[in-house]
Parts: sequence; structure tokens; C-alpha cells
Amino acid sequence: MPEVINNPAVFSCPAPIQERDRVVLGHGSGGRLSARLLRDIFLPLFSNPVLDRLEDQAVVEIGGSRLAFTTDTFVVKPLFFPGGNIGSLAVHGTVNDLAMGGATPLYLSAGFIIEEGFPLETLEQLAASMGEAAREAGVTIVTGDTKVVERGKGDGVFINTTGIGVVPPGVCLSASKARPGDLVILSGTIGDHGTAIMASREGLEFETTIVSDSAALHHLVADMLGVSYNIRCLRDPTRGGLSSTLNEIAEQSKVSIEIEEKRIPVRDEVRGACELLGLDPLYVANEGKLVAIVAPEAADDILDAMRRNARGEDAAIIGVVGADRAGMVTMRTAFGSTRIVDLLPGDQLPRIC
Amino acid sequence: MRFVDEYRDPQIAHALAEKVGRITTKPWVLMEVCGGQTHTLMRYGIGDLLPKNVGLVHGPGCPVCVTPLELIDQAIRIAGLPNVVFTSYGDMLRVPGSHSDLFAAKAAGADVRIVYSPLDALKIAREHPERQVVFFGVGFETTAPANAMAVWHARREGLTNFSMLASHVLVPPAMRLILQSPVNRVQGFIGPGHVCTIMGTEEYRQLAEEFHVPIVVGGFEPVDLLEAISMLVAQLEEGRAEVENQYSRSVELLGNPAAMKVMRDVFEVADRKWRGIGEIPRSGLVIREEFGAHDAERVFGLGPLSVEEPRECISALVLQGLKKPIECEAFGKRCTPMTPLGAPMVSSEGACAAWHQYKRYA
Repeated sequence: MPEVINNPAVFSCPAPIQERDRVVLGHGSGGRLSARLLRDIFLPLFSNPVLDRLEDQAVVEIGGSRLAFTTDTFVVKPLFFPGGNIGSLAVHGTVNDLAMGGATPLYLSAGFIIEEGFPLETLEQLAASMGEAAREAGVTIVTGDTKVVERGKGDGVFINTTGIGVVPPGVCLSASKARPGDLVILSGTIGDHGTAIMASREGLEFETTIVSDSAALHHLVADMLGVSYNIRCLRDPTRGGLSSTLNEIAEQSKVSIEIEEKRIPVRDEVRGACELLGLDPLYVANEGKLVAIVAPEAADDILDAMRRNARGEDAAIIGVVGADRAGMVTMRTAFGSTRIVDLLPGDQLPRIC
Repeated sequence: MRFVDEYRDPQIAHALAEKVGRITTKPWVLMEVCGGQTHTLMRYGIGDLLPKNVGLVHGPGCPVCVTPLELIDQAIRIAGLPNVVFTSYGDMLRVPGSHSDLFAAKAAGADVRIVYSPLDALKIAREHPERQVVFFGVGFETTAPANAMAVWHARREGLTNFSMLASHVLVPPAMRLILQSPVNRVQGFIGPGHVCTIMGTEEYRQLAEEFHVPIVVGGFEPVDLLEAISMLVAQLEEGRAEVENQYSRSVELLGNPAAMKVMRDVFEVADRKWRGIGEIPRSGLVIREEFGAHDAERVFGLGPLSVEEPRECISALVLQGLKKPIECEAFGKRCTPMTPLGAPMVSSEGACAAWHQYKRYA
């Protein structure tokens, strides 16, 4: 019999990996490692009042106008997936980052990093999707750039888009403005984009009908602001999923958030795929959904407005903002018990069994 | 969703919890053996539904948690060799070895890839005959047949560039160890449903008789676990010590004979070191000599590595159900999922990670 059983004093454990000296994939997951990268490297070096607000977009005042300004880089694999491709996603993602500031998106830039050997036909398909997505969203791609890297130094194509929009007077949304008593509205089902990507990824190959929700949300936002300015904050729960977004809001506003499991809409196909893969839909990416923190008295009007828009027809009040345990997100389970909804350290890892 | 929702029905769950409350007259300590069961218990807050005198402690059944440090170090060394493609299930990549993990090896240039099945690794080997493809074969009896099948196919196809770094462990010897301990508190076990799907329940009958301990083989959904708990409490209250099968939609008495055959063909039973616990006799599976060409330990000739494990974490106590994660001094402070001191904080099935993720304010 091992000695440890009779003498617990000799129990031992591995040394921790406290700090990383290189970037690992988890730094790009939207979870705690990503937050650390910002906190430890970029924020101290770039610090200024606009950046330090840590919104999805910067709002700056130029010549009396309030402009929303944002940038995002897209590295999705596979390049084409059910419901979209990296081109349409690059437009929707940046349009949505502007929309979450309450802005009307106007102009985009498009930067391409292309790997040597990439088929021109594919590039044209992607550009066509971008053009179409931009036209549909009512934004104009007004500047761009292309760079080519040696074969093996890229992964087909990476796309960066930067966007500018105008914020209407009186609109001031921020993840630091949630206060106790506010309600949390989610615009629709979660996990569609991430599971569509996973299901079409090489090596998984299971057949599903799941389609990415990739879509521009600024018309939905306009409808919401059309009925009430009593919206504290809007966020689109992209990488890291709903849980990361709620944790960011809870932390920035120094409040707690309690959500209710049975009110969160999840498609059956998405639940099934997540069961198979051992994933939790709360952590899976969305590209056409938003979370709104709203004043309780305005919630019903905003919800009605959302449900009249196709992008918000499944909208639901999923939770409430509280005061104690600042920074913590919890969930009432279907069982009536309460559990923490934490930020993940890195990517969700498929489990062994 | 059919075949899942029935087992997550809050009304059925509450009715079962009430039944447990009705039949319990004395304090009982139960252990769920599997990490997957631990995860469900924490995620659904099952402990909150049970009467105070029914205590649950978490067992050693997380394969990630019990993989020895040395083997992680070996995996990192092999992954770093030129020309190697190192493949693994995702959750092994963040498990710390003595000084690093496979994510760090990947960031430093090693070709480390997440696969969902050993057969995916086999496919990479077929497609890249010029590369040495190594699969990290970790797990209990549940994953052993599929891993054995990959090795079996590799030999049949003459895939000389495929090998497996095997670290398989067996459940019954670990339960025996817990039962033999002079400080054991466990009075009944929720048996490992998926392991028994492969192996059947005969080995557990022997344990139940020898130690006069009830074992109810249980599933992984909340209703499964509550039903298993109520069956265990009923046995304890009546003084019975039998093997019962709650998870009958998956587990048969004799298990899966075809799966057991391929396991026996490829693996043999050997002594095995468990992380944080130490060596347990005849508790692991190693690749038989005739499949040695596909055994990464032989192919890469690394020889035995021995690593002194540091002290602070009490994972062995947690894995044997002697302590709860929150009773550890380091829990949530020096030891978090970001900076795991021990493997139970790494995998989502690890008891400490499950507590940290769902219940750390408890």
C-alpha cells in the first residue's frame, strides 16, 4: 500500500505554472488569459481615458460630433461555414462593435493578410460576401490594404476591419453603467455560431443543421433606442460567449448578475452538439446576438421592440443585476440551486470522456 | 432533447431528493467515483437538495487528475522532438507537468494537435508517413478500447509511424485502496457508469462482498445520480451491501465483450503510479510487447523519469474523499484554474475545478 494512505503528510502536488513567458492559444480565447494580456501588456503602455473604459468601441468627440471607432481582426477556421464566411463575418463583427455603442455604422476599412498560394477565386468569393454584407448593413468600405505572406506563414487569409459610426446625442452606453435592479435582456438563442464552426471543422465531421447567427445588429439597436434611452449597456457575446460578456459587465460595473437557466434560449441542435462535444453553450461564441442591461421600468417596451425585429424575435429577460458579491455572475439552475458562471481560463477544452 | 431531458427533470429530481430525506435515519458518507459525476453534482447543485446527514465525497475518477507528472513531462519531451506530431484529447494540454504543459510546448514550436478520437491520430499518421505521430492515450477503462483499437489498426496496417504514449488506469484497484485505508470514511459508492458499460459489474461485486460496501453503478445526469444515491441510502439503512445497476440503459452485467477483447489483446495489467496518490498495484494498463513498435515509451526510449512532487496541494486527500476542495488552504487563493497547483483544478471533471467553477463561495 502506498505510504500516503497512512501518512497524509507526504501528499504532494505539482508546481503551478504561474506565469507564461510565451503567448499560448488561450490568450486569444476571450477568457481570463485574454484579459491578462490586456491588463499586463497593453493597458499600462497605452493607457488613456478613452481606452481605459474598455468598451467594444471607443467613443471620441471630433468637431462637435461623437464618433464611435473600433477595429477587429478575423482569423476564423474554416473560412466558409454554414451561415457565412470570414468575409461576411468581418463586416458583421465590426458593425456590431459600433452598434453596441449605440452608433449608426457608416464606414469600414478592410485589411487582408493573404498567404502565398491562396486561390484568387476564393479571395473573390470572400470579397463578394463582404461587399454584399456591407451593402445590406448600409455601410461603405472606403479604404483597405493587402499584404501577402510566404506560404506557411499565414492560414489562408486573415481579415481586419475598422469601422466608424456616429453616436446620436444623448446616447451613452457603457459596461460600467449597470446598477442593482436593472434587468438583463438577451436577444435570442446562444451558441449557434460557435457550434456551427465546430461542426464544420476538420476532424469532427458530424452532420447538423446548425447555422451561424452571423448578422448585423445595428437596426435592432436602433429599434431599441427608438423606444427608450434607458439602456445602460449593450454587448455582443462573441468569443467567450454569454458568460464572458456578463462577467465583463459585472466586473466593470462592480455589481453581481444573476441569470436564470430556464430563461436562456438554446436551440435543441445546439444543445445536442454541445452535449456531444462536452461544451457549455454559455461559453460558446455568438455573432448575431446582443445582451442589454436596461432600467427595469423600460424593460417591457424594449423587449417588445426587440421582438418585432427578426434579429430579436426570441429576445427574453434572462436575469437581474444585484449589489452583493460584486463582479460575480451566478445562475439559478433549473433545479432551483445556484451556481457560479465563471470566466474560463482559456478555451473550452473538449473532454476526454 | 429526448433521452437527456428526462434525466434533468427538476420535479423528478426533487421527488428523489425528498425520498432520500424520508429514508435517511443515520449519517452516511457516499463517494461518486467518476469525475463526470462530480461535474454534474456541482453543476446542478445536487448537494443542496440532499439531507444534511448524507455527505458526498469526490472520488479519484478523473483521468486527467491522476496522470503522473512524469508522464506529462515525457509527453512534453516527445512533443518537442523534431518530426513528431503529438496528438491528444484537449483537456490534457493544460495539465502541468513538473515545470511546463503541452500548451507551452505548442507555443514553443512543438506540433501539438487536439484530436477527438485516437482514430483521428491514426488518420494523420496515414496522411503523413514522413512524420512520427504519437497519441497520448489517457483514461480509465472507458477510453481504453478505442485506444487499443488504434494500436491494433496501426499494427494491422503496418503504420510504423504511429505510436501511443499510454497512461491507462483501472477503477477497481483505486476503490480497493480507498477501502483498505485505515482512515477511510466512504460507506457506499456510486459506481462508474461508463467504465461499467465496457467492463460489466462483476469486479464490483467482489469489492462489495469483500468490504461489505454497497455499490450502485450510476449514470451522469442529475436524476441518475439522485436515483443512485437513494438506492445506496436504502441499502445502507437496510444493512445490505450489494451491487445494483441504476444505469441499466447503458450497463450490462457482462459489459461489452468485444471492447474487452481488444483491450486484452493490446494491453496488459501492470502496477501504475497515480498522480498525488502513489503507486497502486495492478492498477494500470501497458501496451503488450508484441505491439511494442507502437508503444511510444519503447519507440522513443526515454527511460524512467522520476519527479519529486511539490507539497502544498492536498489532491490525494481530495481524490480519496478525505477532504473537500474548499478545505484546502490554497483553494481559490494560490490554486485556481488559472494557476492550478494540482491536476484536480485543471480538468472540468476535476473535483477542485468543479467546486471552483460552480460553488467557490459555499
